[in-house]
Amino acid sequence: MRRASGQTLTAVLLAVLGVFILGPLIWLGVRAFATSWSYPSLGPDGWTLSWWQAVFDDPNLKGSVVLSFEFALVTMAVSALICLPAAYAFARFDFPGRRFFLIGLFATNAFPKMGLFVALASLFYTLGLMSTFSGVVIIHLLGTVVFMTWIPAAAFAAVPRAYEEAARDAGAGRVTVLRTVTLPLAAPGIVVALIMSFLASFDEAQGTYLVGNPDYVTMPTQMYSLVLNYPPQVSAVFSILLAIPSAALLLLVRKHVMGGQLAEGFQIR
Amino acid sequence: MTSTTHPHTAEEAAVPEAAADGLVLRGVSKVLGGKTIVDDLDLRVAKGELVCLLGPSGCGKTTTLRMVAGFLGPDAGAVTIEGRDVTGLPPERRPTAMVFQNYALWPHMSVFDNVAFPLRLRKLPKAQIRTQVEEVLELVGLTHHVRSRPARISGGEQQRVALARALVQRPQVLLLDEPLSNLDAKLRVRVREDIREIQQRLGITTVVVTHDQDEALSMSDRVAVMNAGRIEQYAAPAELYRTPATTFVGGFVGATNTLRGRLEGDAAEPVVVLSVDSGELRVPVGSTNLTQGVSSAAGDTLTVRPEDVVVTDLAGTAEASAVVDRIIPRGHFTEVVLLVAGSTLRAYVDADAAAVAQPRGQVRIGLRRVLVYRDGRLL
Repeated sequence: MRRASGQTLTAVLLAVLGVFILGPLIWLGVRAFATSWSYPSLGPDGWTLSWWQAVFDDPNLKGSVVLSFEFALVTMAVSALICLPAAYAFARFDFPGRRFFLIGLFATNAFPKMGLFVALASLFYTLGLMSTFSGVVIIHLLGTVVFMTWIPAAAFAAVPRAYEEAARDAGAGRVTVLRTVTLPLAAPGIVVALIMSFLASFDEAQGTYLVGNPDYVTMPTQMYSLVLNYPPQVSAVFSILLAIPSAALLLLVRKHVMGGQLAEGFQIR
Repeated sequence: MTSTTHPHTAEEAAVPEAAADGLVLRGVSKVLGGKTIVDDLDLRVAKGELVCLLGPSGCGKTTTLRMVAGFLGPDAGAVTIEGRDVTGLPPERRPTAMVFQNYALWPHMSVFDNVAFPLRLRKLPKAQIRTQVEEVLELVGLTHHVRSRPARISGGEQQRVALARALVQRPQVLLLDEPLSNLDAKLRVRVREDIREIQQRLGITTVVVTHDQDEALSMSDRVAVMNAGRIEQYAAPAELYRTPATTFVGGFVGATNTLRGRLEGDAAEPVVVLSVDSGELRVPVGSTNLTQGVSSAAGDTLTVRPEDVVVTDLAGTAEASAVVDRIIPRGHFTEVVLLVAGSTLRAYVDADAAAVAQPRGQVRIGLRRVLVYRDGRLL
């Protein structure tokens, strides 16, 4: 008896949790295909793809989708270029101030973001970076530095030195060792970091709005005006579009993310 | 050279004059973290010879090996391989190949790819790589699992792959870092015999680092016993065991008894005199290392190997008697722990002699061979 009631309670709690987490998502999904759906009716009045058509026909909206992908890819690449060598250095060399720099990377995440962006904006005005592609990329980079350094650093550190030494011993120079041994073995961690960076850039709204608006309007910043200027169903479509890359990429690397690469990433000392 | 101050280092143990040098270390030192790990070390390995560096952990043997491989640069001294100074060369440009302690097989490559890696770096044609890899895998006795990842084969097989990967490079010097420490006892004996056989067949100059005296004695041409960054003795296994140059070597290689007493008498009939409650106990000695006069001075150390302790029936005399403390069967011999003059003396005896000893009973003892050390060095 007791066992059964315990199971019932668990089931009820799970159901509540499910509704709480999945409810808004389902509502969003339905709304994107609904002609109209308003209180007090339980279901939508009809189904349509016109909202999707509206999004893809509107050059503003379509442009922001393309722009978002551009920023995400460029940010990911630049971040990798800057951070991966740093990650390798953190993992392999003991230099003065190593711990200070490693912990210091968190500083960008410790401040309230908006405060940081406003301070940066005044700097950007003097440097002529406001409303430029590079300005927005720099803003996006800030959010990726922590993942792009800590996770690959842990991945590099997890490659035993003996593997690299064995390759040197076999006749490989430093660059060949990196290419044939270190990078392939650290690859899962690096891939996770690349995806986290891509998503961080893809979802960034505040800084992009401040620095890029109105010349560079990405999907998340578009959301701000969407609510006011378009029918509510369009924002549902847009939300789904925004979520697709995140969901797809996370599913793709689920094994690594779940497998602890992410957790390991924050264990480097 | 330091042979005047350290009479039992490399120079003393004579290599046949004709033997060409495979590997020579001259005055090599290494300081790590403010601590001298290797201290002015000299070592000469003849071409085709297998030498073990034997010593306790922290004695500098692995550091020495890593300096030969090129992973560490010496702070002083020079490393020469077949007459060529390689001191300044990085590991990839040295004619050495190493078998790592944990094998360091690359987990993302198959067994074949691991062994082929050094050849691919040398840009050999594909067909030739294939032939050479197959040859060397056959040499080490590994013909299947060639397409497997290293994680899927046994420890013994991984060891063979690591050896194959080193041999395929045709190095002038083969280096093995504790090659058998991760194998179980039975496999260890087999693998060390295999390594020795392959080494002799190829005639390849080889340096093995080990802390296991059995391993060192059974596979080497010569053994260099290291302690605190120096070579204590460099000699053939039999000599090393029979005549340890220092008390450290005697204690590290094989078991040994230290006697609290003095050696006296004439050269024909030396005795060890031990003081006991009732006066003096005179134990007959077969031979000693002393050539001129057989008396030891105060402060000298007398040692005897357990197998050189003779246990016999009292036969009516009360002379040279010891009390049996414990009898420990050790398989092919019996260990008899004796109490003599207040300290323990271990004897390894055969079954007949063991029959004489009864727990708490008295026996007569004799010493076949006693070595006398002054200031820790063999006189």
